Amino acid sequence: MKCAKWFAPILMLNGKHMISEVKNQKSEIVWASLENVKDPEIPVISVVDMGMISGVEIGDNNSVTVKLLPTFVGCPALDMMKQDIRGQLLKAGFAEVSVNIDYETRWSSDRMTPETKIKLEKFGLAPPPELKDEELSEEILNRVRCPHCGSTDTTLRSSFGSTLCRAIRFCFNCKQGFEQFKPVQ
Amino acid sequence: MSNAVKDLLFKMADDALIIGHRNSEWTGIGPMLEEDLAFSSMAQDKIGHALALYTILHEVLGEAEPDKLGFMRSENDFKCCQLVEQPIGEYDFSIVRQFLFDHAELLRYEMLTQSSFQPLAQLAKKVKGEIKYHVMHADTFVKQLGKGTEESHARMQSALNNTWHLALGIFEKSEWEEELISAGVFAGEEELKRRWLEKITPIIEASGLQLPATDESKIVYGGRKGYHSEFLKPLLDEMCEVVRTDIDAEW
Repeated sequence: MKCAKWFAPILMLNGKHMISEVKNQKSEIVWASLENVKDPEIPVISVVDMGMISGVEIGDNNSVTVKLLPTFVGCPALDMMKQDIRGQLLKAGFAEVSVNIDYETRWSSDRMTPETKIKLEKFGLAPPPELKDEELSEEILNRVRCPHCGSTDTTLRSSFGSTLCRAIRFCFNCKQGFEQFKPVQ
Repeated sequence: MSNAVKDLLFKMADDALIIGHRNSEWTGIGPMLEEDLAFSSMAQDKIGHALALYTILHEVLGEAEPDKLGFMRSENDFKCCQLVEQPIGEYDFSIVRQFLFDHAELLRYEMLTQSSFQPLAQLAKKVKGEIKYHVMHADTFVKQLGKGTEESHARMQSALNNTWHLALGIFEKSEWEEELISAGVFAGEEELKRRWLEKITPIIEASGLQLPATDESKIVYGGRKGYHSEFLKPLLDEMCEVVRTDIDAEW
């Protein structure tokens, strides 16, 4: 799905076809490299898994521009991820790499794929419940199961945790505290 | 028009930076671990919001770089309301301030999602989802402590009484009020105040607390025009101490 926008130009006529083909290959290299850029606060999840990449543009002269969405506006890991993206793409052979913060597209926790949510749960972080267009409420926050034992008999201890994107919960079944990735619109 | 928009952005950014700094003063000394984390997280959020607003001022409206706007202006250039400058005091004051301020901030951003000034409308859509957590946090503690013990109730009521006229200073009008409204940038402080009262009144009542009476002559105005309490200058001196030793240093 993430490469879909690069297929369209291939349908163009011969001369342009070649260029599009090259760009298409390059864009696949970019997406594959971005899989290596992990969220420093959740090292099992890449920026692609998080839905943080809103665009990849292959330019002339072996250049590339990546558009990055912040999960939280004040996320302190953002600069580190920008540097990491630059490093990965330079390593992949691009000569010029720009990473721009995209303020036009809004990141929401619904941008995470179902696979990402499974990875989060295995990591020990309860994944965010789907929001769709619902207004955030405690009721939504409470649609959570314990990542350790699977029980839904859990309660919110604090909507702030060890990082901006986490809340602290407690499971009555296994009597353990756990963290939840907060749903954000 | 651009002066009107700049004024709006500066007061929002300065509010966020200063209350963010105050929030960070709870780091390490919160009354319990969860509250230590909550105030520290809110500090990070608010300072992030300030940075995003200063970035619009810099990139779209031609003002200096965000770091210079945050750390190199003098006290009288700051447009924050005096509520946010006050020292953190006891926890009761801090949580009541947060309750009154966060509701106003959330409603302001909700109104701004409709702004004709696109960069701000886009940011508002993002930021309001984050501030929603700040509001839920404040509501939880206002309700719990308002209805808690005799002492917690008395302390919350007294904090509310002492904070009320400072909080009403949030809605001090600027000289550009009409211009912002007619251009569709922002529906105005008066409208914001109306929505705020409508929002907080039932929560205060449900918490067993009484809405303080408003004495117009006691509302603490001035912050939006650069006149501040004795608390802002020492805060700026401390916050900017390191960066001002060498503003061009590479970090």
